Amino acid sequence: MKTNIQSFEKGCKKYLAKIYLWLVAAISVTLILNGCKQNPNETSGKKADTEQIETSGNAEEAVLTSPPLVPAPIGDRSAKKLIVRLETIEKTGELADGTQYNFWTFGGTVPGSFIRARVGDEIEFHLKNNENSVFPHNIDLHAVNGPGGGAEATFVAPGQEAVFNFKTLNPGLYVYHCATAPVGMHIANGMYGLILIEPEGGLPKVDKEFYIMQGDFYTKGKFGEKGLQEFDMDKAIAETPDYVVFNGSTTGLLGDKELEVKTGETVRFFVGNGGPNLTSSFHLIGEIFDKVYMEGGSKVNENVQTTVIPAGGAAIVEFKATVPGEYIIVDHAIFRAFNKGALGKIKVVGADNHKVYKSNK
Amino acid sequence: MKNPFCIVLVLLMFSCGRNQEAEQHLTPVQKELSPVSSKKKMQKIEGGYYRAFVRKESDSLTYVSSFYLDETAITNAEYLTFLKANPQWSKSKIIRLYADSTYLKNWKNDFEIPEDISPDAPVTNISWFAAKAYAQSAGKRLPTVDEWEYAARASENLKDATEDPAFTQHILQLYQQKNNYKKPVKQHPANAWKIYDMYGTIWEWTEDFSSVMITGESRKDNTTNETLFCAGASVTSSDLRNYAAFIRFAMRGSVKANYTGNNMGFRCAKDAEN
Repeated sequence: MKTNIQSFEKGCKKYLAKIYLWLVAAISVTLILNGCKQNPNETSGKKADTEQIETSGNAEEAVLTSPPLVPAPIGDRSAKKLIVRLETIEKTGELADGTQYNFWTFGGTVPGSFIRARVGDEIEFHLKNNENSVFPHNIDLHAVNGPGGGAEATFVAPGQEAVFNFKTLNPGLYVYHCATAPVGMHIANGMYGLILIEPEGGLPKVDKEFYIMQGDFYTKGKFGEKGLQEFDMDKAIAETPDYVVFNGSTTGLLGDKELEVKTGETVRFFVGNGGPNLTSSFHLIGEIFDKVYMEGGSKVNENVQTTVIPAGGAAIVEFKATVPGEYIIVDHAIFRAFNKGALGKIKVVGADNHKVYKSNK
Repeated sequence: MKNPFCIVLVLLMFSCGRNQEAEQHLTPVQKELSPVSSKKKMQKIEGGYYRAFVRKESDSLTYVSSFYLDETAITNAEYLTFLKANPQWSKSKIIRLYADSTYLKNWKNDFEIPEDISPDAPVTNISWFAAKAYAQSAGKRLPTVDEWEYAARASENLKDATEDPAFTQHILQLYQQKNNYKKPVKQHPANAWKIYDMYGTIWEWTEDFSSVMITGESRKDNTTNETLFCAGASVTSSDLRNYAAFIRFAMRGSVKANYTGNNMGFRCAKDAEN
């Protein structure tokens, strides 16, 4: 009986699929006919345009950087062939002071190496899985137009390497991550990073740029428990992390990893959220973001206090450092900041600016 | 308009067909295999039905006939015996089609076990072809995925511990330990079948490792998906919380028969008489 219903359903689906195809065909014809009347500046046309961008010059190896650094801006260089080499590495590192974790990484860091390209670039992407890896890995780059974002094409056993090619059609700041089963575990262990696709002509010039990525971690022991902590599957499924951190550790942006800028400098953060579960309420205490490229896309919002960054999403935030002091970077879901580690620091050095801020104590 | 499923099926058939072709190539070499006597202790695994992690129908059980399984993985010393009897499988002589460039990578030469690795540690950097040849020379075969998974359901005390969440969590812990492949076999207590180290030392080749298609786009693999059809088996995982099983099937899906990884080895099986 069950199988009868299933095959009946299958039959219906096939039939519906056919009707659907005809509908799609009919609609496409209508659209094409109407296309001439429409405004050529509509966004639907943009992708086709960037597809036409020609690359010039020889293929070049992309320079990748570890957080919190980003590669030099692309600016107004023309589109070219770019070779990106990334390696998946499983290694033990510090999740907190005295607490170790078996991280799974892209390029040996959490988050993974920052990749910077421009729209129209043709990327030859090499994913190598380190020979000492225990697990197979792959990569899904949200900047890719194609099945799985490259996940199928890059599925590699330990010691192997896979290559695939893609053309960057959409400018923006994109997350990449591992998508090998069990996906949640690979991401929870730190397998994410950012790839920036600059628009034609590049992003407006700023004085300092940094790379920050948030992630939630699920450990056998409670927050602060010392020693090597194992991944806790039940906590991950329940979405109750022990750690929420920037750049892979409670001290990822503290101590010797504190960021520093001078007064008067314009600052840009490329901020991502690897998740796997939590959405970030990204906030810089004592500063207002002059500009936020919302969700890492092309729309710019101005004068933002806290910006939402979904798991598997990103944002570009910009501000001008006006008053010297220490500024705390937090996920404003504030217990995460003070009890789970989502805390960083940027120091602004320079002369006082009493017109803007003055303590009268 | 062709159904894309058909195209995928044709492609899959093509890829399956290629494996068979490779096997046929193997035949002449296999004929020359000299038998090695193996003192390896085997344990009888009583057959029965089990809920396969990956199966054809959502609630069907899979029957596994009784069989014998090596109590540990094949060790470096045991493999050396095989190589001495069958030098055509040694590091310098092996036909490239049967193993990629990292075959027996750490061996100093054709017949010398690596220094920092115990002779009683599992042999690794072994291809599926090599594992199969060894098994054949020992009068055995590789276990099937079903046999392997069936025997691996056992904890120290229970022959089927799959209902115990702590068991899966324990396997995940074992999986996260590194470099255990360099240590002698019998690192952990035997399971209820008296089989050692099913978890946490090496990944193990199975006869039909490629019969389950994990595409690498694993988010699709979680559900019944027509693109995953190969030889009629679709991927329907029985337990979405069984991360340990996902890892094993992903691993099997990521390898090809000529791959030789640092932590990939094997053990042999044999039919039971009844």
